[in-house]
Amino acid sequence: MLIKLDKIEKVYEVGTVQVAALRGINLNVDKNEYLAIMGPSGSGKSTLMNIIGCLDTPSGGDYLLNQHNVSTMDDDELAGIRNREIGFVFQTFNLLPRATALHNVELPMIYNGTPAAMRRKMAEEALEKVGLADRMHHKPNELSGGQRQRVAIARALVNRPSIILADEPTGNLDSRTGDEIMEIFEDLHEQGNTIILVTHEEYIAEHSNRIVRLRDGLIERDESIH
Amino acid sequence: MRILIYMWEGIRIAYDALRSYKMRSILTTLGIVIGVTTVITIVALIQGLNGAFSKEISSIGTDTVYIQKFPWVMKEDDWLKYRNRPNLTLEESNKIRSASRLAIAVAPQINTARTVKYGEKAVERVIITGTTADYLYTSNANPEYGRFFSENDVNSNRRVCVLGYEVAEKLFGQSDPLGKRIIIGGRKFRVIGVLDKKGSFFGWNMDILAIIPIGAFKSAFGAQRRSIEIEVKLNSPDQIEEAEYELTGLMRHIRKLTPGKENNFAINKQSMLLDTYNQLTGTLWAVAIGVGAISLLVGGIGIMNILLVSVTERTREIGVRKALGARKSDILWQFLIEAMMICALGVLIGIALAVGIAKLVAATTPVPAAITWWVAILGLFFVVAIGLFFGIYPASKAARLNPIEALRYE
Repeated sequence: MLIKLDKIEKVYEVGTVQVAALRGINLNVDKNEYLAIMGPSGSGKSTLMNIIGCLDTPSGGDYLLNQHNVSTMDDDELAGIRNREIGFVFQTFNLLPRATALHNVELPMIYNGTPAAMRRKMAEEALEKVGLADRMHHKPNELSGGQRQRVAIARALVNRPSIILADEPTGNLDSRTGDEIMEIFEDLHEQGNTIILVTHEEYIAEHSNRIVRLRDGLIERDESIH
Repeated sequence: MRILIYMWEGIRIAYDALRSYKMRSILTTLGIVIGVTTVITIVALIQGLNGAFSKEISSIGTDTVYIQKFPWVMKEDDWLKYRNRPNLTLEESNKIRSASRLAIAVAPQINTARTVKYGEKAVERVIITGTTADYLYTSNANPEYGRFFSENDVNSNRRVCVLGYEVAEKLFGQSDPLGKRIIIGGRKFRVIGVLDKKGSFFGWNMDILAIIPIGAFKSAFGAQRRSIEIEVKLNSPDQIEEAEYELTGLMRHIRKLTPGKENNFAINKQSMLLDTYNQLTGTLWAVAIGVGAISLLVGGIGIMNILLVSVTERTREIGVRKALGARKSDILWQFLIEAMMICALGVLIGIALAVGIAKLVAATTPVPAAITWWVAILGLFFVVAIGLFFGIYPASKAARLNPIEALRYE
């Protein structure tokens, strides 16, 4: 079991009012699953993603990621877990604008102390994997949207994380480029990676093998497809 | 190893940031630049002055004291107070000479300025010094050529003279001055020696000089209304204080001053000039420290301000870095290193400017201003420490950002 969510709750305080974003989520994800989390806005989908991505801790319940109990970790331990276990792919790419593609991909390895030569080699390999061998020294503003998202995917892969966590990865792309990106995710899944996709697009979710639908902070439906 | 990697990344980030906002960085660093330039320039001036001053002052021996009517260092209206003191006399000098236990030579001196002529040639405003044979020891006036006058010359009031280097050169050129008769202020004197080149003392050319026996001086130029000065040479500089005590006692005894009466003479020594000089440069130091401190404070606040702007602008970048595994301390150091680099940049510009100013000063004025490198290096460390101090608030603000909110920041 790679991910084990046990009665996860998350309560936000908005002024004096308490808002429950998650109200007891139980979810297990195995290694090499390809999972899509869906739900309308306000369903708790982003909150769940933040907790799975170790950007946030739950107010209640337990989260075991790769045998680590994440629910009790402090900020720096969470940073370490994110660095080792999670590869993020964002809707808005979130590349550093002034850094080259290569340096952007090196970034996660900087924070685990990988020596420079090794970092460069691994970043180059990751960029080759997503088909950007000839764009390594370009900055984000010299790349197309699809190319930027590939850089982001290379960055997510480079530390060989347990999970690739993609939040609306095609949301800022045209449909043809979006399809190309989804093909990359399929390849990555076939190579043994665990992928969690957060989306509200049905046709994007259909690329996955399992769709978890949220509504009002609870899992409404959890079904395998294909 | 990890630390080095973080440091290098921090430097790289800071370098990128400084390059992307060139104008802003330079303006930010202006306060630092002004502070560093001021301090280093003033220190260079002080060091230059020190060099010049100690060169000048070295011609006053540290083993010599001077009994004079006026002290060398006076306050505004001291002169009015002291001018009614009795003149020092040759007799007093002689009494000191025979009574002092510590003095190894005592030379009375009396000066005037006269024209010196030889045939058609003349040198105007030559300092004419009347003194005794002891002057050879008190003023280290060993002639380069010929001899100094003897006690015998002095006692028999012989009209002989020892010329300063420049006077001899102007009057005689290449020819031999020894034995020649020259006219000093209308009286004939025979040249018996020429001093070696002395250079200048606070702008006064010490080579335009003629030394004659004090008796001959009196009979030629009169000495009634002039005060002589008594130059007393000691065995070693360590005896200065003891000699001051002894000479004060002797003078009071000679002048029959009853206890409770103030001294009506002054005992001067090199250290008085040094003290005055040190007071002067002390003021300069205070100015340097004051201006430096204020501009560094302003500069530091400027850096804090710009880093706060920078943290806001790069909120999203900070979010990304945190999502990818940057810990609080990584972000903290990123901004601290940036602050320190802005400071270092300011210091380097400041040093470059100070070097330029020092060169300019050295080229256009007599002050040999030169940058002291330890000051520059010390300045670099100090200012970088200031960057660290003023960077802490913005950097910890950045480090505490919540990654989720930072990632959502537009």
